[in-house]
Amino acid sequence: MGYLIETIYFLTAALFILGLKRMSHPTTARSGIIWAGGGMVLATVVSFAHPQITAHASVVNYVLMLIAIAIGGGIAWWGAKIVAMTAMPQMIAIYNGMGGGAAAAIAAVELLKDHGAHPLPVSILLMAVAGAVIGAVSFSGSVVAFGKLQELKFFKDDAKFRFPGQQKVNAAIFAGAVLLGLIIALSHSASGPLISLFFVLALAFGAMMALPIGGADMPVVISLFNAFTGLAVALEGFVLGNSAMIIAGIIVGSSGTLLTLMMAKAMNRSVSNVLFSNWAALGSGEAQAVTGSLKPMEPPDAAIQMAYASKVIIVPGYGMAVAQAQHKIWEMSKLLIERGATVKFAIHPVAGRMPGHMNVLLAEAGVPYDYIADIDEINEEFATADVALVIGANDVVNPAARNDKSSPIYGMPILNVDYAKNVQVIKRGKGVGFAGIENALFFADNTRMVYGDAQKVVAALIQGIKDLG
Amino acid sequence: MEAVVSFFAPIYILMLAGILGYEIISRVPVILHTPLMSGTNFVHGIVLVGAMVALGQANTPLEQFIGFLGVLLGAGNAVGGYFVTERMLEMFKSSKGQEK
Repeated sequence: MGYLIETIYFLTAALFILGLKRMSHPTTARSGIIWAGGGMVLATVVSFAHPQITAHASVVNYVLMLIAIAIGGGIAWWGAKIVAMTAMPQMIAIYNGMGGGAAAAIAAVELLKDHGAHPLPVSILLMAVAGAVIGAVSFSGSVVAFGKLQELKFFKDDAKFRFPGQQKVNAAIFAGAVLLGLIIALSHSASGPLISLFFVLALAFGAMMALPIGGADMPVVISLFNAFTGLAVALEGFVLGNSAMIIAGIIVGSSGTLLTLMMAKAMNRSVSNVLFSNWAALGSGEAQAVTGSLKPMEPPDAAIQMAYASKVIIVPGYGMAVAQAQHKIWEMSKLLIERGATVKFAIHPVAGRMPGHMNVLLAEAGVPYDYIADIDEINEEFATADVALVIGANDVVNPAARNDKSSPIYGMPILNVDYAKNVQVIKRGKGVGFAGIENALFFADNTRMVYGDAQKVVAALIQGIKDLG
Repeated sequence: MEAVVSFFAPIYILMLAGILGYEIISRVPVILHTPLMSGTNFVHGIVLVGAMVALGQANTPLEQFIGFLGVLLGAGNAVGGYFVTERMLEMFKSSKGQEK
């Protein structure tokens, strides 16, 4: 039986690797997850016959196993089916946290268990403890991340969780958890209260780490916790001598770390900057006053301008997704394409809630991915665009990032929408963006503001274009 | 000699799997960052297998309880991770026809 299981685990690891490789290209991505899913099913089914379990032959444990899989899998399946695409980032966070919690639970069982005549060697105990800390941090941190992105009331005010000396308190909690872990690993004597305190400290550290971080930075943090969980799984894999867990865990640990760095780079932040400072502290000094006036435009006039444009670039933001206007936008785009115009979607790296999130939202509406361009591809093209339509985006098109050194967003890469011949901005009202600053683009001579609910405005634009025949 | 090999084997696995993970992800387009993060999130759902082993070996009610929680959470990670990733990826379509 042992050989069969190891063979299946080997196959699973291979399917994970090939699946992830396929997932990294849009044309093969769909098949990639199916390959990896097949590997997971194989590994899970064969594990019921794992020698470490069959040697124990406890019927009660088998029953518990099936119940736990049914409940955990059932709830997760239901959650994954009903979640809105806009809420995807927090859903990933919570599933990731569950994985971290599972790794910590494995460590807890191994540490508590009476191994009798064959006590675990110190090296294994150290790995169990390290995996427990990392897994527990990932668990509690991910729960906080979920609460923040879901905009639960308790987590809403980031500033509430900031206090002087915070870094020192966090460091002390972390040091306490590590110290207890070392004592547990080196003393060989597993005492219940000590192990409980160890887990409490590790969980507290994860929550404390994530609490003061603002919602805009959360994607980077979720990605980091994802890498953490991978590492924790690998460490517990060493403890159990489980090759599938070791290989899958390490691959996720390293790819997750790289993904975290790439996301941080796309958002023009460093990871340490995200973890140890906050957005509000970055902006220093007063931003330059904005001159000019906001020039409103009615949807029928906007439709005429749009209908006679030969090149239109659409810049969607999270506001569009909240208003659920992506289907209407694509409907309008198809009308324009039929009239012979070139239509492109320009996606800023932080459009949506995490890099790539907006692409998912547009894909949901049926926009083919080859109509979608990222910032490096599209920025040169704005000068040749007749109309740039900004819908639900604000800070990512603010020219202050390029030319106002005192602005808190100075240096952030932006979409050069202001270079287009005409700019239309669909906006709910006159409020400021996430960074809390005025947008000079809205006051520019070539910009017209189309006020109203994004979905209604776009519907009016579609009608206007149709009326022209 | 055998002891030396068995000591170094995990270290080689660590190194090679680490490089592999790095290579798979590098040069991935930004449009796939969210689905790919979700995909790697699914892959570490393999923790379910370990949680099953932990629960299978549990002796005391406390161990059974923690093991039960572990399997429940692990199953949530694997199942939820799969379906959110699949839902996102099935929407990616090219204007030049479907995926091959």
